[in-house]
Formats: sequence, C-alpha cells, structure tokens
Amino acid sequence: MTSSRTMTLNMGPQHPSTHGVLRLVLTLDGEVVVKCVSHIGYLHTGIEKGLESKRYQQGIPLTDRMDYLAPLSNNLALVLAVEKALGITVPERAQTIRVLLTELTRIKSHLVWLGTHALDIGAMSVFLYCFREREAILDLYEAVSGQRMMSSYFRVGGLASDLPPGFEEAVKAFLKTFPDRLAEYEALLTANPLWRQRTVGIGTIKREDAIALGMSGPGLRACGVGYDVRRAHPYSGYERYSFEIPLGKTGDVYDRYLVRMAEMRQSHRITGQALERLTPGPVNVADPKLIPPPKPLLKRSMEALIHHFKLYAEGFSVPAGEVYHAIEAPKGELGCYLVSDGSPRPYRVHFRAPSFVNLQALPKMVEGRLVADVVAVIGSLDIVLGEIDR
Amino acid sequence: MSDSETRTDSREEAQAESLVLQRLREQFGEALREVKVWRNETTVVLSRQDLVRACRFLRDDQDLAFDFLSDVTGVDRLKLPQASPRFEVVYNLYSLQHRRRLRLKIRVDEGEAVPTVTGVWETANWHEREVYDLFGVPFEGHPDLRRILMPDDWEGHPLRKDYPVEASPRWWEEEPA
Repeated sequence: MTSSRTMTLNMGPQHPSTHGVLRLVLTLDGEVVVKCVSHIGYLHTGIEKGLESKRYQQGIPLTDRMDYLAPLSNNLALVLAVEKALGITVPERAQTIRVLLTELTRIKSHLVWLGTHALDIGAMSVFLYCFREREAILDLYEAVSGQRMMSSYFRVGGLASDLPPGFEEAVKAFLKTFPDRLAEYEALLTANPLWRQRTVGIGTIKREDAIALGMSGPGLRACGVGYDVRRAHPYSGYERYSFEIPLGKTGDVYDRYLVRMAEMRQSHRITGQALERLTPGPVNVADPKLIPPPKPLLKRSMEALIHHFKLYAEGFSVPAGEVYHAIEAPKGELGCYLVSDGSPRPYRVHFRAPSFVNLQALPKMVEGRLVADVVAVIGSLDIVLGEIDR
Repeated sequence: MSDSETRTDSREEAQAESLVLQRLREQFGEALREVKVWRNETTVVLSRQDLVRACRFLRDDQDLAFDFLSDVTGVDRLKLPQASPRFEVVYNLYSLQHRRRLRLKIRVDEGEAVPTVTGVWETANWHEREVYDLFGVPFEGHPDLRRILMPDDWEGHPLRKDYPVEASPRWWEEEPA
C-alpha cells in the first residue's frame, strides 16, 4: 500500500457496473489489480430484524426486497421453511404453480444478468432485447399478483389466489417465442470475437476454491460441480420434472455465461412441463387455522368468522424448533434458517443469500488481472446488493 | 403454544442414529453436548474447545466429507425459555458428495470468543464477520474481524433481542413478547 508503485482506486458505491451499491477498493500496479477489498452494507435494511416483529404471513413482502430481481424465489424460501416447521405440504396445483413461476423468475433474473453484463462489456443492443423479454414475464407477474416486481404471491400453506383466467395462454405465448429470442442473443454473443476476448479465460476460479468459498448456483456449476438444490434435495415436486443441469469446465466468465444461457433453456423446458401438469384443484391447504375462509362464508358460518378473526388478529403459531430450508434461486443456494419459539412470530429468521457468499470470491478472481476485467467479473457473478446487505 | 412442546420426535430420532452421528460419537463422545433431530434435520451442540477439531474431522473424513459450509449465523437466546448461555452460533454444513446436511452449534455468553473456522472453510470469513457485526460475538483467530453490514462506528449490535427494532424503544417494550 505504501509503495509508490501502487495506486488506490475507489470503485463505487455509485458506479454503473457494480450493479447497485457495491464499493470496491482496488490497489493497482499500473493496470493490474494487486488487491481488491469489497465494502458492502450500503443497502442494509434490517430485513432479518424486521421479520422478527412480523407474523409469518406478514413477513413475506419483506423478502421480495432481498433479491429484487427474483422476488418469488425469496418468497418460496421463506414459505417452504415455515411449511417445513409446520410439517405441512401444499396441494399439487400450488406446487406446480410455484415451480412454474419460480422458473419464469429464473429466466427473468438471468435476462437482467445478461443484459447488464453485456452492457458492462459494451454490447448495448443485448440489454434492450433482454428487457423486452423481461417485460413479458413482468406482465405475467402482474396478472397473478397485481404487481410487476414486488409480487408477494406465495403464502404459507399455498398461494394468495388461484391463477387468473387466460394466464396459461399468456405463458404459452411467451414460451413459444422465447427460444428464438434466446437464439438471437446467442447469435450476437457466443461466437462474437469481441465478447470472447473479454470473457474467455477471465476471472477463472478453480473448483476447489469455489467449494471452499461456498460458491453456489451458476458460478459453482461453471467450475464443473453439479450441485443444484432442485436435483440434490427436490422441493415443490422438482423430482417429477425432467431437466438437465448445465455444467462448465474452466470456471471463467465465459463458462458462467454459457451455463446461464443453457439454464434459461432448461427453465423454459420446466415451465412447459409445469403447464402440462397444471390440473384443477385447490391451491391452499385445507386448514382453517392457516388459510382464511372464503369471504362469503363469513356471513353464514360462525366458525368461519372466528377463524377469520383469529387469523387476522393473531396469526398462526409454528411449533417451537428450528429448520433450514434451501432452494435453488437464480443466483444459487438460497437458504432460510428459521427458529420458532412457538409464537405467531418467528424468533429468528436468517437468509443464506447466494450473492453474499458468491461475492466473497471476487478477490480471488480479479487479483493479478487487469482492472478492466473487474467489470466483466462482477457482471458474471450476477450479484444483487439487496440480497447481500438484506 | 406451551414450552413443553417436544422438540424431538421419537420416531425421527430412530432414523437419526445415522452414520454422521455414529462417527461423531466415536470421535468426540463427551464433547457432544446435545443432539436433536427435528423435521429430519440433525443438530449437534458442541463445546467451543472442540469446534475446530470437529469441523476438520467432518470435512476430511471420507464417509462424511462435509466440504461445503452453507451458512454461519447467530441466535440471541435472551427471550427463549433457556436464555443462558446467551448466544448461539449456528453452522449449516453440507456434503456435496453425500448430499447430506448437518447443523453444528456453539453456545457462548456475552464477551466469550468463538474459535474461527476460516481455516477449515474459507467462506466462513464473511459469515463470521456478519455474526460479529450483528450480534457482537467475537471470533478468535479471525483474519479480518471488522463490521461488515453496519458502519464501522456503529454502536450496538442490531440483531440482539434487546436492540430496538424501531427508533423509539418504548414501542418495542409495548410489543407483546
């Protein structure tokens, strides 16, 4: 640091290519990064603390704000952890809708990753195309929940409501056009010599290092480790879907790109299968202690009125104990550690945020490399600061 | 819900006498303070002194191979029926090879340091910093123990149960426990 050869460069927290409020302090020797120190916490909103004072269902909207590019995945992690502690399983239709929507969420999240990653490296047009497709998924979000982004559609015990009429056709229309669009992006990038120069052999991380650093998701799979929670510990019925887990070889920026592109294809496949599995049925567990009764019933049934009142005044209790439930979010293993003391509010909720863990690998990827590569590597990590800082 | 709500399901307990626990019992016998199985998840409470040795064993033993540390976090037990020792540090381990999870726990009181496991799994670095930042539990031997989410000059540790959730502490006191 004191050497006159090196220079300290502050990057962020307001820098377009840090994807939010990430601040890096880079020590440079000429154009080579000697040391990289990350500073996070600028977006710390105390979500875990906030959850402790909310009832279980009330906490769901807070989780939307963690990885705001994949709100439904966050909902799912919390909801599944609570359901595990309660010892309940939601009806098949609810499971299928959850799979359908979280796979669309994966595509949506990967589209923002691709658009911004390409923009960082200088390919402007990809960004505009990706946001066009993302818009179509946001419309689907809006159709089910009334919200484009902070949808909070999943509930402990099922869903906020059933799918609206015409939803399946809208998904079909999207699924029909998407593969061609994806092929368009690949035509723009995959064999593009400029793209390859900026990504091949850049930000390489070894398999052992990635495991020791706890990396998960596409970043880990790009190193050739086939860890995908959907396959290793299926939830919401993932064991009934056929899909592949795309793997990389070298663990560089280009491999992470290829893995995510292939994952979008697989998500497209799973979404199609989920549509076929969609059969009529209830979307909530038949437990009046968890799910409010239908409104018209309140005028006729005293019991329904009591349940309604109890649920909104007090909520439901979860047996005392602790669980850890992980899902495969677009960014990697999103775990929810829940401690219940038997009351209607969680005693402690902690989220194992994949971006938080993956970002820790950044110095290993950029030290000894050119400063221009830092931008490419951050893009390839696909971090969301809302989730890192929580 | 009553406090006597049993945390261990006897039916599940039978399954829990799994390989992991067997090996741990062989190696650490007395050091296992408590073993709980709930919802098919195994939790082992260890004493501080044995933590790093146990972690190394769990990582390096071929039959166990817990090579992946998913998560480290803390719990402030101030408002739980058993409030002492006050803090719990929770390690969620995973074995990529065997697809198996295990939860380790250490209990410490205010001011007591927990040995770092950064030497076993590099990823523990930021997790331990987070626990230090939000709970005020120090980690002995940590290479870079600084606050991570809160500003460096912040006073207090926000995830402690006696830390107010909103600006006015009175609001917190009125909230039912």
